[in-house]
Amino acid sequence: MDLLVLILQGVIVAATPLVFASIGELVVERSGVLNLGVEGMMILGAIAGFAVTLGTESYFLGIIAAALAGAVAAMLFAFLTQVLLSNQVATGLALTIFGLGLSALIGQAYSGESATPLSKIHIPLISDIPFIGPVLFEHDPLVYLSVILVGGVYWFLNKTRAGLILRAVGENHDAAHAIGYGVIKVRFAALLFGGATAGIGGAYLSIVQTPLWVEDMTAGRGWIALAIVVFSAWRPGRALMGAYLFGGVTVIQLHVQGLGVDIDAQYLSMLPYLVTVLVMVVISHDKTRANLNAPACLGRPFFASS
Amino acid sequence: MIRLEPRKEVSKHLLYLTPVMAVAVTIALGLVMFAALGKNPFQAIYIIFYEPLTDLFTISEMIVKATPLILIGIGLSFGFRAGVWNIGAEGQFTFGALTGGAVALALYQVEGFWVLPLMCLAGILGGMAWAAIPAFLRTKFNANEILVTLMLTYVAVLLLSVLVHGPLKDPEGLNFPESRLFHGAATMPILIAETRAHIGFIVALLAVAVAWVVLSRHVFGYQVKVMGQSPKAAAYGGFVEKRVVWVSLMISGGLAGLAGTFEAAGPVGQLVPALPVGYGFTAIIVAFLGRLNPIGILLAGFVMALTYIGGEGAQISMNLPSAVTGVFQGMFLFTLLGIDVLARYRIRMVRRQPAEKGS
Amino acid sequence: MKMNLRKLSVALALGLAMVASGGAQAQTKVGFVYVGPVGDHGWSYEHNQGRLAVEKEFGDKVKTTYVENVSEGPDAARVIQQLARAGNDIIFTTSFGFMNPTLQVAKRFPKVKFEHATGFKRAANVSTYSARFYEGRHVIGLIAGKMTKTNTVGYIASFPIPEVVRGINAAYLAAKSVNPAVKFKVVWVSTWFDPGKEADAAKALIDQGADVLMQHTDSPAAMQIAEKQGIFAFGQASDMKKFGPNAQLTSIIDDWAPYYIARVKAVMDGTWKSTDTWDGIGPGMVGIAEFSDKIPADVKAMAAKARDDIAAGKLHPFTGPINKQDGSPWLTAGQTAPDGDLAGMNFYVEGIEGSLPK
Repeated sequence: MDLLVLILQGVIVAATPLVFASIGELVVERSGVLNLGVEGMMILGAIAGFAVTLGTESYFLGIIAAALAGAVAAMLFAFLTQVLLSNQVATGLALTIFGLGLSALIGQAYSGESATPLSKIHIPLISDIPFIGPVLFEHDPLVYLSVILVGGVYWFLNKTRAGLILRAVGENHDAAHAIGYGVIKVRFAALLFGGATAGIGGAYLSIVQTPLWVEDMTAGRGWIALAIVVFSAWRPGRALMGAYLFGGVTVIQLHVQGLGVDIDAQYLSMLPYLVTVLVMVVISHDKTRANLNAPACLGRPFFASS
Repeated sequence: MIRLEPRKEVSKHLLYLTPVMAVAVTIALGLVMFAALGKNPFQAIYIIFYEPLTDLFTISEMIVKATPLILIGIGLSFGFRAGVWNIGAEGQFTFGALTGGAVALALYQVEGFWVLPLMCLAGILGGMAWAAIPAFLRTKFNANEILVTLMLTYVAVLLLSVLVHGPLKDPEGLNFPESRLFHGAATMPILIAETRAHIGFIVALLAVAVAWVVLSRHVFGYQVKVMGQSPKAAAYGGFVEKRVVWVSLMISGGLAGLAGTFEAAGPVGQLVPALPVGYGFTAIIVAFLGRLNPIGILLAGFVMALTYIGGEGAQISMNLPSAVTGVFQGMFLFTLLGIDVLARYRIRMVRRQPAEKGS
Repeated sequence: MKMNLRKLSVALALGLAMVASGGAQAQTKVGFVYVGPVGDHGWSYEHNQGRLAVEKEFGDKVKTTYVENVSEGPDAARVIQQLARAGNDIIFTTSFGFMNPTLQVAKRFPKVKFEHATGFKRAANVSTYSARFYEGRHVIGLIAGKMTKTNTVGYIASFPIPEVVRGINAAYLAAKSVNPAVKFKVVWVSTWFDPGKEADAAKALIDQGADVLMQHTDSPAAMQIAEKQGIFAFGQASDMKKFGPNAQLTSIIDDWAPYYIARVKAVMDGTWKSTDTWDGIGPGMVGIAEFSDKIPADVKAMAAKARDDIAAGKLHPFTGPINKQDGSPWLTAGQTAPDGDLAGMNFYVEGIEGSLPK
């Protein structure tokens, strides 16, 4: 039983950066923009968060810095794709390349440094409930923030007028524009949010999980986040589930090895990817086609024609 | 207020002018960056943009690097025009290298001019098979190909590693995870003596030519264009979306797989876990930089190859960290993509209209 | 043709300039190819430290160049050739995947000397070199055996190549020799370098009861996790004390400086020959970091003695009787493992649970 608690705690830690990055990208894609630069934004957040935390000894400032770094990167993307109408796919990839390079350049001064990891919060009484206590209620603040964000995004998209407008922009930007909604403004705002959360997701790696900086430390998590958005059929709750599924399988395959099970480690490493595809196919199989469609205007440039 | 209006026809002379302008802007930005890093900015720009063009060896290496980018880029362009987002060309490249390489290793004691074409066929079929999975899942289960192709990329890379550590390992290789070196009949013939530039480049040029013909003359090219612009119109057009999905994925998978076999049989000469270096992703950029047009892709492939080789040269000659290459490439891509707007849209100054509020 | 003339005239000009300058002492140019970033605080970092030592030792008489993040695939041959064309007299290629590219380029540049790390193919102008890390693993294995209270040692392994397998086997044999009840849990992360994944693996091992960690991956992530969870760990490639002030018991240090300096000197003296070097603690290629104060004095002494005995050639970490994991005999009593067996090691020794990935 104890091992199960520890495994679940590990899963949550592994999944949290993915939750942040994917929930942000989900909002961006619901507004009709495909931003493949998630990896670049995450890694910039990671170096910004690490550098500022190290310099100011304040996690709070570090996280703010990370969010800012991701947001600024997203703004660059937003300007290119929404104002200059550049191709979104290529621009996103360029952002990833640029972000990886820039973070490595800035990070030269920080390699070999380490910070103290952000510690868990122990909530009196609640954390002591057997099993549920340690699994759910003994984590660092960012874990709670990630879950709250998912709930917030769900509420925003489905229960607020602003969310409705955002979704409308994503489904039919011409019609939305005709009604008078500021398509570009909405998308800028969505990208701002997406960049900030991706930055925080990256900072989770460099401040909480492994408080150090090395080049490319996101190791492709931005791409996984993109996949999770698709997996979730653009629904926040499902994005949370997807992130935990992926993080979960990754952690569990390590445990399986430690327990001495006789399966080749590299086949086990394939599991998170295969399981994700399988689960997505199974879940999507029995729903009507309409529910699965991406926001109709995803990836298409908008230009006001009137 | 500045307003962008789409041009009815892409301005031809601007089409050629904008990349030049973008290069100029990148050079300007690059000069600033290198100066800020404390290095001679002019030397850096020279080494990155110009020096590779002055020497046969570096030109040949540009050909080596551009060949897979062009092949994969051409393949991807079909799908992208139709809204079929194959993000997993890297995986199809890897799987194709695996199947083509496996044939080479199986036949390692066999000579004969037919060995290499057989390998290439195996590579094409391998890439297609890997792309058939997302095609099937999309047409049967409406599963989004972005996720499937991406996830399968990781699986393919791991599969390569597993097999090279195991069944495909060189028996005389002291258990190093590398396959045997491919024998003569399984190696790509060299185009330029004393270099690594191989005939795969000719195949890439052929692909460009064929693609150009198909896209401008053949009905499939038309279908692809229409589907991309308006899926609903495509449905009215009387042809099935499924066919376009399958054919585009087969084309991009096959070409990626072929590129993988060429890479294994040419510059590398064996199967190693590090074979996939990201050509599948870079080719996406190449496809879009080339405006999804075959000739454009040909040129864009070379431009990307230039920045890689120039960037390496800068590391060697000026002791710049490898990160600078990525930053420089990113800047270059940003300016190219941003300035490209001029070719596609006209800039108008419009008087501000009073805002109409929707009810 | 125009280009050739241009190059020819440049070369002539340079040559004339050199003659005109009175035939000043030619600088020896040394090139390095790294598979990872120099900031990885592990493998490539230590090779770079070796390069810096060469610079320090020879000052103006050398000029060093390095290229980092060179993947072992299609790009490697080009990078190596570029270094050769740039006039480097000796080039160190620091990862086994550079083996065939190095040989390819070496054929084209017979006057340039090449040094390939951890490989096994040589040529007239290609040497190979590697470190007997397993000697260091023996020392830390002894310490681990004594320091573990749960009798579980967690091992984070990268890929099942002979070097990694040697390390596991050597550490296990040593630990078992001082603690017959010890068990090793090995987790393969299929990467040399991914701090997040290494941290996950460390946590999983700790969750399953390991209270001492060893790693054959390049980042200090596992050390950090060990520090956070209050258990012990051993650093890899560099001294990782900074990341685990309480956790690090000691570290295996790759010290390439003595070898690099010697080889550059050989080029300068004109005595360079193609050799295969496999050095351990004795010649200084494998270093052991300072022992932590958390280690009791008697354990320290035992480890120090083992280290010194290995250095002096009195102790070989693979001394029989040892069987393979399937029970078949490998070394008879008193027999030490021939280098050939070690170079291609692809089996666990008896007693290790779990099977080696194929």
